[in-house]
Parts: sequence; C-alpha cells; structure tokens
Amino acid sequence: MKYLTFAAGVLTATSAFAETPILTVYAGDYFTSEWGPGPIIEKGFEEICECDLQFSTGDLVPRLLLEGARTKADVVIGLTSDVTAKARATELFAPHGQDNSALTLPIEWTDNSFLPFNYGHTAFIYNETTMATPPDSFDALLAMPDDVKIVIQDPRTSLSGLALVLWVEAIYGDKSADVWAQLAPKILTVTKDWSSSYGLFTDGEADMVLSYTTSPAYHMFAEDDFTKKAAIFPEGHYFMVETAAKIAGTDVPELADAFMSYVMSEAFQTVIPTANWSLPSALPTDQWPEGWAQLPLPEKVLFYSEEESTAVQEKAIETWRATLSQ
Amino acid sequence: MLSLNKIEITQGSFNLGAHFDVATGQKVAVIGPSGAGKSTLVGAICGFIDLRAGQLILAGRDITNVQPDGRDMAMLFQDNNLFPHLTIAQNVGLGIRPAMRLTSDEAAQVHKALQRVGLTNFGSRKPSELSGGQQSRAALARALVQSKSWMILDEPFAALGPALRAEMLDLVAEVAAETKAGVMMVTHAPEDAQRISDSVIFVADGVAHGPQATAGLLDNPPPALKAYLG
Amino acid sequence: MARNAKPISRIAGIAAATFVVVAVLLAFVGIGLRVNTVSGLGPAEWQAIQFTIAQSTLSALLSCVLAVPVARALARRKFWGRTFLITLLGAPFILPVIVAMLGLLAIFGRSGVLNDMLEMIGIAKVSIYGLQGVVLAHVFFNLPLAIRLLVQGWQGVPAERFRLSAQLGMGPRMVFRLIELPLLMRILPGAFALIFVICLTSFAVALTLGGGPRATTIELAIYQAFRFDFNLGRAALLSLVQLFVAGGAAVLAFWLVPAVTFGGGMDRMQKRWDAQGNGTRALDGVCIAFAASFLILPLLAILTSGLRGLVEVPLIVWTSAWTSLWVALVSVLVLLVVALPMAGWIATSRRASVEAIGLLGLSVSPLMIGTGWFILIHPYASPTDWALVVTISVNAMMALPFALRILVPSIRQTAQTYDRLSGALGISGIAFWRCVLLPRSRPQIGFAAGLTAALSVGDLGVIALFGDPDRSTLPLQMHRLMGSYRTDAAAGAALILLALAFGLFGIMDYWGRRNAIA
Repeated sequence: MKYLTFAAGVLTATSAFAETPILTVYAGDYFTSEWGPGPIIEKGFEEICECDLQFSTGDLVPRLLLEGARTKADVVIGLTSDVTAKARATELFAPHGQDNSALTLPIEWTDNSFLPFNYGHTAFIYNETTMATPPDSFDALLAMPDDVKIVIQDPRTSLSGLALVLWVEAIYGDKSADVWAQLAPKILTVTKDWSSSYGLFTDGEADMVLSYTTSPAYHMFAEDDFTKKAAIFPEGHYFMVETAAKIAGTDVPELADAFMSYVMSEAFQTVIPTANWSLPSALPTDQWPEGWAQLPLPEKVLFYSEEESTAVQEKAIETWRATLSQ
Repeated sequence: MLSLNKIEITQGSFNLGAHFDVATGQKVAVIGPSGAGKSTLVGAICGFIDLRAGQLILAGRDITNVQPDGRDMAMLFQDNNLFPHLTIAQNVGLGIRPAMRLTSDEAAQVHKALQRVGLTNFGSRKPSELSGGQQSRAALARALVQSKSWMILDEPFAALGPALRAEMLDLVAEVAAETKAGVMMVTHAPEDAQRISDSVIFVADGVAHGPQATAGLLDNPPPALKAYLG
Repeated sequence: MARNAKPISRIAGIAAATFVVVAVLLAFVGIGLRVNTVSGLGPAEWQAIQFTIAQSTLSALLSCVLAVPVARALARRKFWGRTFLITLLGAPFILPVIVAMLGLLAIFGRSGVLNDMLEMIGIAKVSIYGLQGVVLAHVFFNLPLAIRLLVQGWQGVPAERFRLSAQLGMGPRMVFRLIELPLLMRILPGAFALIFVICLTSFAVALTLGGGPRATTIELAIYQAFRFDFNLGRAALLSLVQLFVAGGAAVLAFWLVPAVTFGGGMDRMQKRWDAQGNGTRALDGVCIAFAASFLILPLLAILTSGLRGLVEVPLIVWTSAWTSLWVALVSVLVLLVVALPMAGWIATSRRASVEAIGLLGLSVSPLMIGTGWFILIHPYASPTDWALVVTISVNAMMALPFALRILVPSIRQTAQTYDRLSGALGISGIAFWRCVLLPRSRPQIGFAAGLTAALSVGDLGVIALFGDPDRSTLPLQMHRLMGSYRTDAAAGAALILLALAFGLFGIMDYWGRRNAIA
C-alpha cells in the first residue's frame, strides 16, 4: 500500500512529517524488500515510537566508510560478525545499551556495540529427491564423486561466501588448500551473491548449494515443500550472526535507543524466522513459530570472534583464490 | 539469330513484353524514356533477370534457363565493370578463364587485347589509377578476349564526354568487327544510335518494339518515339 | 568555394563533450580525494587482467568466425522467415544480461535442454561454466552484431559485381576470393575490435558463469575492490587499467569499424548465380538453422518460464517496471541532449577523432563513476536522493558511443549534402537542426533512442550502490525476488523486463522509420 501512496507522500513529505522525528536505518537490500522483515519491522516500530522509520539500502560497510562522520544513519542493521571489525574501525558506533545476557545464541556474546538480531549457520542444501545419499560429514563431502556439483559464493563479494572460507579454515586450518583442491572439481561455479547461487540450485543446475541451515524452512513453511534439506556435519557449522548498531553521532539518540531495545523485543524477534528465514537472537526455542524447533540444527558450532576472523580472513581468502585459480 | 519469343518480365508492378528477332552480327541500339525498361530488357537477355514467360533462343539453342556465363554473351554494365582490387591485366584475364593464374599464352593474349584498346603499359595498374575512358577500354579489352557472339552494353559510356564517348563507340564497333560479334547497346542519346547501330529497339509503355533501321526510324519516328526524342 | 558560415554551431557540441569528460574526471577526482595509499596490483588483479583480455579475444574471434558463414547464407538465400530472422538478430544486443542468463542456462545449463539431449544419445554433458561459458554468453550477445555488420557489407557489394562474376562463369571459390574475401578483410577487423571492447567491460556474465576466481574480469575486480576490501586506491588503479585497455581497443575499433547504417534495406537480398549447388545450399541451410536456434531457443526458454512465473509476480514489480520505464525515457532524453550536439560537432569537424570522447562511456567503469560521484555529492546532499539522477546520467553515458556511431554518418552526410543549399537560404543553427538535420536523421535518432532505452531498462547499474528502497528499478526488484527465494516470480519479472526492453526499442525504432524519406 505504501508504494501506491508513495508519489503523493513525496509531495506532502516536507509538511506532513515536519514535526515527526525521523529515524534513518541503513540496511542491506534484501532486508527492506517487500519479502524481507523490513516492512513489518518498520510498521511495528512506528506504532510505538511516534516517529518515521526510514530505511536506506546499499552495501553497509562501503557506505559507512564513504560517508564517515557525515553519515545520515542513526542505526545500522545487518552487519555480520565477520565485517564488524571494519565497521568498528570507523569509530562511528555507540554502545548498544542492551543486556547481552538476554540473548539466546548458541555462543557467548560480549560485544557492547554490535547487537545480534538473528543467526544461522552455513550449510550445504540438497534436494532429497535427486540426492539419495547426501554426505554426512564435511569429509564425506570432500570424498563425493566429482560429478556431484555444488555452487558456492565468492568470499570477496558475499558474506556467506566469506563464511564458507572461514568454515573450512575452522575445520581444516593449515590443510585448507588441500580441501579446496578436493572441492574444486565439484564446484560448478562461484557466484557473486547468495541469490544467484540459490537460483542455480532451485533451477536444478547444481546438486548442492552453499546456504544456511534455515533455508529448508522457507520451502517447508512458505511452499509446503519438504524435499530441501540441510546436510548436517559433525565437524560443526560456521556460525553467522547479523547485528544492529547505533551510530554515536545520531541526532535522535532516544529513538535509536528505542530501536535497539525494540530489536530485543518479542515483537521484533518473532518476525525474524518467517520474514528473514533465520533464527531469532533473543527468543527461547519454545517461543519459535510452529515447526521451527524441529529444524535439524548442528550440535557443534564453529565461530571466529571478530579479532580471530580479521586475523585469518585475508590468508583464508587468498588460499581459496590461489587454489581455485589453478 | 537471337529470338525473343513472346518474353514477359515482371518486377513488382512493372511489366515488359517483347517478341522479335535480331540477326547475328547486327549492331542494335536500345532507346526509350528512362524507366521504360531498357536495362531490364538487356538484363533479361543476359540472364540476370528471370523471365515470367516466353523463351530466348540463340542460334537455335534455347538459353532461357542457361546461366549467364553459358549464354555466349559479354556484358558491359553502367559501372563496376572492373574489380577495384585487381590489376587491369588480372581483370582482363578473368575474361579468358575465371581463375587468377594464366598460362603464358593466355597472358600474351591479354597483352594483345590491352594493346588493341590502347592500354599497352597499363596492365599492372589498378582501376582507380585509370581515367573513366581508360577503365571503359579495359572492360572492352576483356570483352575482346571473351570473344562471345554478342556484346551487350548497358550504357557503359554514359559518364564520358561527347568526344570520348564517340571514340569508345568506334572502338566497340572495331572490336565487334574483329570478333564478328553482334552489339546490343542501351543508350539515351540518339546520336550514339546513329553513330554505330544498324537498327533500333524502342522500349516504351511496357513493350520493347522489334528492331527497325536506324536511319528511317529516327528520321520518321512514330508518335511515342517522337515524344521521347522531343 | 567560400564557406564562411557553418550551419552547425560547434559550441553546443563542445559543451556536451566537455560535460562527458568532466563527468568522468570528477568521478576520478572524487575517488582520488579518498585514496590514502595506492598499492600495486597483486597476483589476483593481474590474473583478472589476463583473463579479461583472453576471454574478450576469444569471444570476439569466435563471434567473427561464426558470423561469416551465417552472414553469407543470409545474404544469398531466400527463405520463409528471413526478414523475421534478420530482425531478431537485433534482439540479443538489447537483451538485459540478467534476463539472457536465465535463457542461456535453460538451454546450455547442466540441466538444460542441450545436455538432456546429449544425455539421451549417450554423449558426455558439456559444461557452460568457466571460460567456455563466459565466451558462449558473449558469443550469444555479439554474434548477431557481427552477422548484421557482415550482411550489411554483403549488401553493399554492387549488384554488377555478382553479375560480372556470373557472366565470367566464376564458381563459389572464385567469388569468395574476388568479392567476399576483400569484403571480409574490410569489415571483420572493425567488428572484432568492437566486440572485443564490449566483452572487455563485461561484468554480469562472468559473475555467474565464470566458474571460479580464475574467471574474474577487471570490472568484477573493481567491484570487489569497492565492495569488499573498500580499497579505493586499487579500484581506481583497476579502473585506469580498464580505461586504457578498453579505450585503446575502442579507439582502434573506431578507426576500423565500418559505419553502422541501420534501418531499412537489411531485408533486401541479392540474386546470386554462384553457389547454386546442392552442397552449398545444404551448408547454408545448416548455418541458418544453427544461428536461428542459437538465438531463438534461449528467448523461448525465457518466455515459457516467464509465463509460468507471471502469475506470482507481486504488485511491487509493476511499480518498479514503471520506475524503470521513466528512468529509461529520461535517459533517452539526456542521451539525445548530449549526443545530438556532439554528433553535429563531430560530423562537421575536420578531425573525426573527437568521436573518441564518446568512447569514454564504454571504457570507464560505471561502478567507479557511481562511487566517485557518491563521494562528491555526499557532503552536500543525500546520495540516495540523487540515485536516479546518477543512474540516468550513467545510462546515457554508456549508450553514448553507440548513439554517436549511429548518428554521425547520417548527420555528416546530410550536412555535406545540404550545407550549401541551406547556406544559400540562410538556414543555420537551430533552424538547420529543425528543418534539415533532425528530419533527415530521424531513423537514426529513433534507433539510437531505442537502443538507449533498452540498455538502460536492463541495467542493474549504479542504483544498487545507493538505492532507495521505495524507488527501485525492475532489474533490482528481480534481484530482490531472487534474494528472497522467489525464483519463479523472478522469472516472471524477467519476462516483463524483456517485454519492456524490446517494446521500448521497437516503438522508438518504428517512430524513426515511419514515414522516413529514403
């Protein structure tokens, strides 16, 4: 609806919203699309804040780096733990002011600037109707015949691609190059972003796709399709967490704080599973939407802290690039 | 003898009919208003335009469906008579054999033909280095070596000045005499017709009228021709 | 001959050209302001440069080689659907890349039609991923362009030349040597250079079909430098490399490329007397069938999957289609405002080399221009508010070299033919444009406008860099659908995108050709 009235809205914007404070939230493109959590969260927050929440989309870190202290953002949402180091280096962020102990993550979270709002794990997704014997471990994945094809994402352009590189690094460490050499013949292609990869998988181009443990949930709950499964490996799965953070120089600090506590609220957290197709960061399992608690999730979680991630990233990416370039 | 046996040509909405004979060795001019179909007529005779009806008989042989190169005719077009990237000698040589290599006998033949048209030292030049008149001479040299029983000319000298044109027409007549070939020549200048042709084919209103003696026809033209001559 | 008054003023043209140069320079200045350290190029970047040149060379070579037999067959055979096929040759060039990829995958992909057929007859599957995939996609986009240029060349051969060869009894071999070979030597170098440049700046194709990091193009490396490393120094350096390699090849192309004349005449065919044998007929038939299926099958695949997905397309996609439509229309307007005066200037300038300025748009990275302007705009205004302005300007600049190539010959010829008559009548300046140049060049203007509209509709472009969630273009929306698991709806959106691109091109081209005086 708001799209229809948008044109009219532009004309009256200056007068109508003159007294309404505006909270500008930078978010990833997927987040604010009609099918992402953005619109619901915008509506929910505006009901309680007496303000106008405006999303602005784009690549978060490059944009913050470009804008520096002049940024218009009050809050940024969607930074994964693997890029928070770069974001933190801008020194633009204020403490989030929320209680980390309310989080229900499978790992301990102590960061006072970046507040997790959802999480998931990297995983390879397959279609059980076309893949009778999926690999039951990462080692088994490497041992698959070369005509089983997987699609992955480029760690230099995609956060899930980066997570895969770190996943391999976390399991195999110094042997990563061998792992990539074994995977190389099975890699059908490397795409720029997650959506292109996933499209190739659903079109039947690839047998497996690098995605998230929660991807089958979309097919189950939105499409009644129970054939898409995440292969769960005993070696563990790399943990991916997305965070929200408050910009220190915001001109509406109270609103920003209100938004940060809204992120931790039940209203926000219950939106995450079916709108973002990921797991809520501060919601006990028994409050998850129906069926979600039954999703197969890994028992072992692998995770690099911000410092560890920063330390290994460059080398891990170069190993990946050099091996796959041969 | 070349017989046009009730031939009909259709191109879009344009129609042309002809039914007449031309004797071997004759020199015939084709005249008529522009757009009447003079070029179409000679194009059809040479095999570049398909007939809708009728037959073409040359010396007792039905050539209606014969390829252009099998018709015993050599044609000179208004322009583009020479390949611009080949030398004059190569261009003339193509008239003997459509291949690029000639035997020494054939090369001598080319040399003689060039000598005959006054281009003795031009064999190694490209057409662009020659004047319009010289290019026409080269094309004539090729017709000379082709040695066909008919030379068909579609206004090849239209771009030349009056004196040069007269010179070329005389050369055509000489070449034709040497190869004992007939000449059929499209022109829009009655004086050209008077200069070399024995008879005239007049094309107007969708009909090509059979040849009539040049002198009598031009001195005493029928109404349509009179209107054209002005 | 005294020519003291030129009917076309140079001032507007010089101003337009200056605008283009300044726009590019400003982007570099913007980035330069933020570059701290310039590190040299690492092995990854050198690999990208090598791969880019290799794939461009291969793509251009293959497009040209394959185009020869197909163009020859099209030029000398008459068959049912010939006019339609020749019209269709224009389609891939204006087909949005993200849409074309869906079609190519449906045919050549691992589970595509081709591999299904190969599997049925027991032949090993072929892979579309890797260098061969990138080249295949580029050949799909550019083979038709090469064919069109060649068919045009064949039609430019004077009819007498084929008549003469027929009269002299030359067979297909001699005709090839004497007529066709010189023609190919004249046209192919230019076609090769043009396609080389187009492939050089390719971005989206290598994204999906590349297969891995070894298939990284320079443009993709620029994207990575911006987006992931945020290494502005390296991005700027790579942009410069691209500018020089592509710019160098483009300048070469410009000297070699035959003037591209469009509009009517393509369906004219010449009667030929050689190549009447059954062998050559069969060969031509195979060539035509090959080219036709290579072109038509992917388009059909887009159509069928799109029609299935059309019912799932949400309302917002139509809103985005509307945004894309007017962005395209304004892009066309901007293009014409820049291209027409520039074309007028180039056409009357003694040194035609100024046309090279137009090639800047083809060689420079859109991402770099977008980022450079972002840096410049940001201190003074919200870049989001300027997203569409920047998108429109970049779209117009990308189309500029093509538009100039199309407009300049026609304007040059018109100006030469009528400049004395107009001088005698005192028609100059705006009046000369209005009364003489614009009406005479209408088919070319329509064609250039249509091309610009189609290219800008299909461009994902810089809008993704600083988009506004409420104003998204159709390609961006299609991207979002794919990012939300909605592949079917994305296929529907792809079909709408295809219809929009072809529709806009068709209408503008038709406008140009309607009532055009030959």
